[in-house]
Amino acid sequence: MFHPLDTSSPPPRGAGLALSGCLGYRRFHRRRMLQMAAAGSTSWLTTVAERLARAGERRTTPRPKSLLILWLQGGPSQLETFDPHPGAWIGGDVQAIATRVPRVQIADTLPATAEVLDRATLVRSVISKEGDHERATYHVKTGWRPDPTVVHPSIGAIVCYKSPANIEIPRHISILPSQWPARGGYLGPAFDAFQMYDPANPIPNLVGPTSPEVLQRRLDPLLQTVESEFQRGRLRDLDRRRTQHQTTAREAVRMMTSEQLAAFDVKREGETTLKRFGDTPFGRGCLAAVRLLSVGVRCVEVELNGWDSHINNHELQTSNAAILDPALAATISELEARDLLEDTIVVCGGEFGRTPQINRAGGRDHWPHGFSVLLAGGPFRRGYVHGETIANPDPAWFKRKDSPEADSSRWVKDPIDVPDLHATLLYALGIDPSEEQMTPIGRPLRWSDGRVVHQLLA
Amino acid sequence: MTAMTPDLDKNTGDAARRRGRRRSGYLLMGATLLAAVGIFAGAVRRQPDITPPRFPAAQVVAADFQEAVQSVDRQFTQWARTEGVEMAPRADNLTILRRISLALIGTGLSLEEIRAVEMVPADEQVQWWTEYLLQDRRWADYFSERLSRAFVGTNQGPFLLFRRRKFNQWLAEQLEAGRPYDDIVRQMIAADGLWTDTPPVNFITATMDEDQKNRADPVRLAARTARTFLGQRIDCLQCHDDFLGTMELGEADAPESGTQQHFHQLAAFFAGTGLPDPVFRGIRDDGRTYRYKYLGEESEEEVTPQVPFYRELLPTDGKPRQRLAAWVTHSQNRAFARATVNRIWALLCSRPLVEPVDNIPLHGPVPPILDTLADDFQAHGYDLRRLIRLIVHSQAFQRDSRADFEITETHEACWAVFPVTQLRPEQVAGCLSQIARVTAIDHRSSILTRLQSYGELQDFLKRYGDRGEDEFDSDAITIPQRLLLMNGKLTRERTKNDLVGNTATRIARLVGDDGQAVQLAFLTVLNRYPSPREEQVFVAHLGGKHGNGRVRAMSDMFWALINSTEFSWNH
Repeated sequence: MFHPLDTSSPPPRGAGLALSGCLGYRRFHRRRMLQMAAAGSTSWLTTVAERLARAGERRTTPRPKSLLILWLQGGPSQLETFDPHPGAWIGGDVQAIATRVPRVQIADTLPATAEVLDRATLVRSVISKEGDHERATYHVKTGWRPDPTVVHPSIGAIVCYKSPANIEIPRHISILPSQWPARGGYLGPAFDAFQMYDPANPIPNLVGPTSPEVLQRRLDPLLQTVESEFQRGRLRDLDRRRTQHQTTAREAVRMMTSEQLAAFDVKREGETTLKRFGDTPFGRGCLAAVRLLSVGVRCVEVELNGWDSHINNHELQTSNAAILDPALAATISELEARDLLEDTIVVCGGEFGRTPQINRAGGRDHWPHGFSVLLAGGPFRRGYVHGETIANPDPAWFKRKDSPEADSSRWVKDPIDVPDLHATLLYALGIDPSEEQMTPIGRPLRWSDGRVVHQLLA
Repeated sequence: MTAMTPDLDKNTGDAARRRGRRRSGYLLMGATLLAAVGIFAGAVRRQPDITPPRFPAAQVVAADFQEAVQSVDRQFTQWARTEGVEMAPRADNLTILRRISLALIGTGLSLEEIRAVEMVPADEQVQWWTEYLLQDRRWADYFSERLSRAFVGTNQGPFLLFRRRKFNQWLAEQLEAGRPYDDIVRQMIAADGLWTDTPPVNFITATMDEDQKNRADPVRLAARTARTFLGQRIDCLQCHDDFLGTMELGEADAPESGTQQHFHQLAAFFAGTGLPDPVFRGIRDDGRTYRYKYLGEESEEEVTPQVPFYRELLPTDGKPRQRLAAWVTHSQNRAFARATVNRIWALLCSRPLVEPVDNIPLHGPVPPILDTLADDFQAHGYDLRRLIRLIVHSQAFQRDSRADFEITETHEACWAVFPVTQLRPEQVAGCLSQIARVTAIDHRSSILTRLQSYGELQDFLKRYGDRGEDEFDSDAITIPQRLLLMNGKLTRERTKNDLVGNTATRIARLVGDDGQAVQLAFLTVLNRYPSPREEQVFVAHLGGKHGNGRVRAMSDMFWALINSTEFSWNH
């Protein structure tokens, strides 16, 4: 029977993916601690309370790994961010600055990030075969190229699927999503990311118009009766596979009454902390992500849109980097300060890079043949740079008949293609990339068909 | 004591004023009650104020129409047989009528409309209701909104140069006047003039922005033309050749893999389109040529306009956009009729015959029904109303979404059952607005009612979210959407105690019989009668309650019905 208010018992075994989905079913046993944190007026108390709450989780079982994706939608230029070539004909107007890693420089657009680079692995040689935004986004978020017969799950959906449901708020969250937020794919819509916008604003409609008793009466028997009548004789597993109506009702009710909602509220942090992340929606999104990971959320994706610089590349990339830089640096520092970096993997990148050559409009176009992704946390090496792109490619190589995708080795050294990056991330998250699932089309599929790049791991 | 006197006087005066206010209150309440009883009784008990079209549709009974329907039905039956699946029986009339309503006007039926249809013989109800709506301005208004998403997108568009409302209004007028669809498309592609007095040019100006210095964007126009009018997604050819081997253009007997040239040659038809001086003459062709630097080439080259397939259909004379418009809508350009049929099918059934709606294999296999309907559409002068009638009268449209066998996605894929699909945000909002009223919210409604409905719609859409142009993507309901339906303003409005503004309160106050009250609640919100089990449960919830308690019980029932899967999904 459908008991949306019953949060004390788990769904029946075999009830399937959607019943647990991206929202937990067990009452949060650290509620009292979080309540104390929520009631506190100072940020240090919140932080301490959350740390203790998180430590409580560690005491009972090993903590599962979580994932934080800082998604740079539109295709950030590797040359204006993590892989500058100042002085070269492809270099543009950007300068390079030293970082905490000896002999490694990044663009002067990312000064704060330079100070935390010793805690990260920087891959400068990611390659892909997708140069269209939608297809490339799908590719990088799922590790697979678009396939008309099946929709693959985003990596965050896999993380949620492979870890136990343990909280009352969504475990897979997309902050500031634009067109293509993370999806559950063949795992089902229960694993789609919960979408929210600037954390400066409260999540709307969380307060109901009636008392809990009236709500319960409305849900059961009234709504329950109509729902069971509607499902009768209709599509098999209608709720789980298609509508998610009853599932989301349960989740919404649970969320309405959860004390874990405090994790969304970045205003509980001090002004100083907020400023360190940058006074921007993206900065606040990153801070909210840290808080959400603290209470057990498994995957948060924070999106910074606007990197598609076909014109005025330098200005656009610089202005976006100014938003990214404090948020990225503060995220890594804050995760470390809250003892979360060991168990959280941070990925910062976009769907592709941008062309070495600058077009007539002062822009750079799409370039999937060698771009950068920053990885931090978990077992990823610290202060390591993998791969490199060529600084002075022969302009003749850009001739059409000499298509660059034909031979990526001339552009990048030690390339890592997107499936390999995914396999490595899954491995780092404690998930076997070669594990097979039966998809709805009756075709067994591995989580990833890439190979693990052990060089990236400590 | 003396000090008490003024207070006494004041108290006496206050009491008199209170009595007066109470009396006025009673009078007002009485008047309101009488008015409400009058309105409600009109819907529930008396003959509805709806005039059916006097004779539905000679077209529908015509032999060639019946033959076309039978041909479509035969092909669907054959499809199900090929898949080895059973077919669901016909749905009940009210379910089919709701589908038609949602598709043609974006809301469910009002109580008054249900009562009107029930006065028509059962075997004529579908036909009657279809004709009624096709003559209702709400159809033209709603369908133009849906079509314009594909024509000009859902973004705001360039300030001053783009007038969405003008464009939609013009489109609605074309639909209402029964203008052939090919003619509408030709106007959009080839029209010259100002976006204010020649609304179809907004198809062009929607792509303009300040950076382009009063020029239309050939790239966006090429992509839009290919997708919307021809069902070809060739956008990726803008940057590179097709390296996946999934895009075949050229001729059927000589297919060509998609190249950058295919895309940019199509874009070249729009290269001369802009606002040459004097600007007040509006959009014109000034003969400017198209130049592009292909991937890997060292320099730009001039690109001559050319179409990516069926090249023999392209006229040799005329201005570039006129030639393109003639080619797109040429009677032998099968891609045009197929793309239109696929989209209209999707608008009516919430899911296209070929997915995605704007990517139909040019030379690859497609369901034969698509070609049957495309042939009929072309042979009957691209008549959208006929195409709609044909689809609505097909067995596939009228099949139930439930059956006494196990339904799988294979059944839905070959239309052996009607698919369960999520309603569009404006359909959910439309239904939420409509259930406040016993009568339909249409052009006869008061301006206040229409303004309130419009305001509610905009507010709801903003919060519910919109999939933009990807309107046929299959999505499950999200938690924020769920929260909005459970706790949002519109649901609160529909379930609060309001004798004038809410059907729920009126039913609770004015309908004494519990069974009838429950039936009216189901008809108003879900457009169907309750099942025996539902009636039992809901009557028990209402039973024995009076006054405000009965109003609260009815609010509970409306809340539950609004929050049901059935309310937010087409079925």
